[in-house]
Amino acid sequence: MNAKLSAGLLVAALLVTGCGGGNGGSGQNSSSSTPKVGLITKTETNPFFVKMKEGAQKSAQANGLELMSAAGKFDGDNASQITAIENMVAAGVKGILITPSDTKAIVPAIKKARDAGVLVIALDTPTDPQDATDALFATDNLKAGELIGQYAKAAMAGKPAKIATLDLAPGVTVGQLRHDGFLKGYGIQEGDPSVVCSQDTRGDQAKGQTAMENCLQKAPDINVVYTINEPAALGAYTALKAKGREKDVLIVSVDGGCTGTKAVKSGEIAATSQQYPLKMAEDGVKAVADFAKSGKKVSGYTDTGVTLITDKPASGVEAKDTTFGLANCWG
Amino acid sequence: MAVMEATLPRRLITTPVAGPLVALLLACVFFGLRTDQFLTGPNFSLIIQQVMVVGTLAIGQTLIILTAGIDLSNGAIMAFGGIVMTKLAVDSGLPPVLALVAGLAICSLFGLVNGLLVTRISLPPFIVTLGMLNVVFALTHIYSNEQTVTDLPPLLTFLGQTFQVGQTNVTYGSLLTILLFLLFAYLLGSTAWGKHVYALGNSPEVARLTGIRTARLTVGVYTLAGFVYGIAALLLVSRTGVGDPQAGQTDNLDSITAVVLGGTSLFGGRGLVIGTLVGALIVGVFRNGLQLMGVPSIYQTLITGVLVILAVAVDQLSRRRNR
Repeated sequence: MNAKLSAGLLVAALLVTGCGGGNGGSGQNSSSSTPKVGLITKTETNPFFVKMKEGAQKSAQANGLELMSAAGKFDGDNASQITAIENMVAAGVKGILITPSDTKAIVPAIKKARDAGVLVIALDTPTDPQDATDALFATDNLKAGELIGQYAKAAMAGKPAKIATLDLAPGVTVGQLRHDGFLKGYGIQEGDPSVVCSQDTRGDQAKGQTAMENCLQKAPDINVVYTINEPAALGAYTALKAKGREKDVLIVSVDGGCTGTKAVKSGEIAATSQQYPLKMAEDGVKAVADFAKSGKKVSGYTDTGVTLITDKPASGVEAKDTTFGLANCWG
Repeated sequence: MAVMEATLPRRLITTPVAGPLVALLLACVFFGLRTDQFLTGPNFSLIIQQVMVVGTLAIGQTLIILTAGIDLSNGAIMAFGGIVMTKLAVDSGLPPVLALVAGLAICSLFGLVNGLLVTRISLPPFIVTLGMLNVVFALTHIYSNEQTVTDLPPLLTFLGQTFQVGQTNVTYGSLLTILLFLLFAYLLGSTAWGKHVYALGNSPEVARLTGIRTARLTVGVYTLAGFVYGIAALLLVSRTGVGDPQAGQTDNLDSITAVVLGGTSLFGGRGLVIGTLVGALIVGVFRNGLQLMGVPSIYQTLITGVLVILAVAVDQLSRRRNR
């Protein structure tokens, strides 16, 4: 009875699966002849990666490719990304676009895929070493940091700064580059006494709020807040507002998500460096399509661009307003 | 003849593995029909490689669940074991064999502490291992300084190497995993120790009255499970080629999923370790098959969830019929 029952239930489950598959992949019959491209993101749910997938889907259709996608269960989930690479290679993809969760740990799996003749392009985050992939399509994160550093310096107009940096996490390149870029743009070195508090937020709004609350306990006179992304910035804003400090503290950020860009428009965040995940994915898929047709592989680093978005431009720092920002934001 | 007809359905009821096995076969047929790449030797080898880490963790989990316990800390213990092995061998320059032994020992030690807390202070296993999850997670990140360890010595990556069976490359790790399952199937099914574990899970009081030293048995089970997590750590390290402090974060739940899908009762005393292998394979087959079909990974999560609920529903319904 047990076996029969579970068999029946499984058939039901498979029917559910069948429906999922039917909805997900159009052109099932032609799937063996259409070249495939794989997209592996850090997570399924982050709006940044949702936008990236959207760009990949659009570009795949335009270039006559079938898109397969996969993601880790959480940011940092290396094992799921390895499994996805293996399964995609087994499925016969021409190329894989990957946003590596662990820049070092993913390298051996990428090497195996490349040895099997698959073009591998890193999107958004470089692998360590960078040449472990054929190419990298990403924002120049150092430059993204520099732009908001320069902006903050100009906006402070010579006032003495007490800076809090709400960072990502130790050992993650993207966070390190943005942080370093900010300091460079502001014209200070790591360890400068004007940086009075540094906390990790994992780019999370709730953790950003906690971090800012703790920073304010430590140094109540903070007047500049650098944040790794806009969720962290909005968390910081909430903490500052609770202390009645939201008007006299300058918050700068990186990312350019739509929620974040709206927060720039409403004045909660002073400025943000906007990046373009849709473009990363579109260009990546295009490169795989070219490879499928001509066998020519892209190589090296392609800068997908970054723009400073603010409605209160500071002199000497090039920026676009939030109208432009909202027209080009992601999420 | 009549006797055989009577015993076969009976055996299907009393063997908790039959249902999951039928489910696994049906899933294989389904994916075989839907994609060309599924029913191939290399692909099956791949699936086994993909489930060997969680599968091995799930061996330890099965032991603990059979005693009516649960272990939420196994993925974290494995991650710590992996970091200890790789860091000692690479950064501290210890001979790889000693680094490996240290990793296995530290995992066993955490299992021992779990067991002692469960028996000596009578804390619920759920609470003990929930606390241990956080302790070990933090230790991993402190000790590793959040850094991934690379450039591993050959001893630590050996299990990721392959040998040829016909056209198919099989990893030594896959082989070890299957041998481990067979070993524990033997230990649980054919030794006095195994019978005691089942007795303990069915009724600790009755087990105690029949002369089983239940506290000692429980501590032994948790320690042995810890040792098995150490082997899982070696498998993980050899599969990925790195020591990764972020590893294993959802593996505690994935190992419980494998145990439950394999027909082992969460209330203890009922189930087979081979069922756990089947359960782990079901998850691996779905993940691989759906990916080959081009279904996004969020559906894999959805379907795994549905399967778990179905498996427990089947367990409950068959118990009701048996009564």
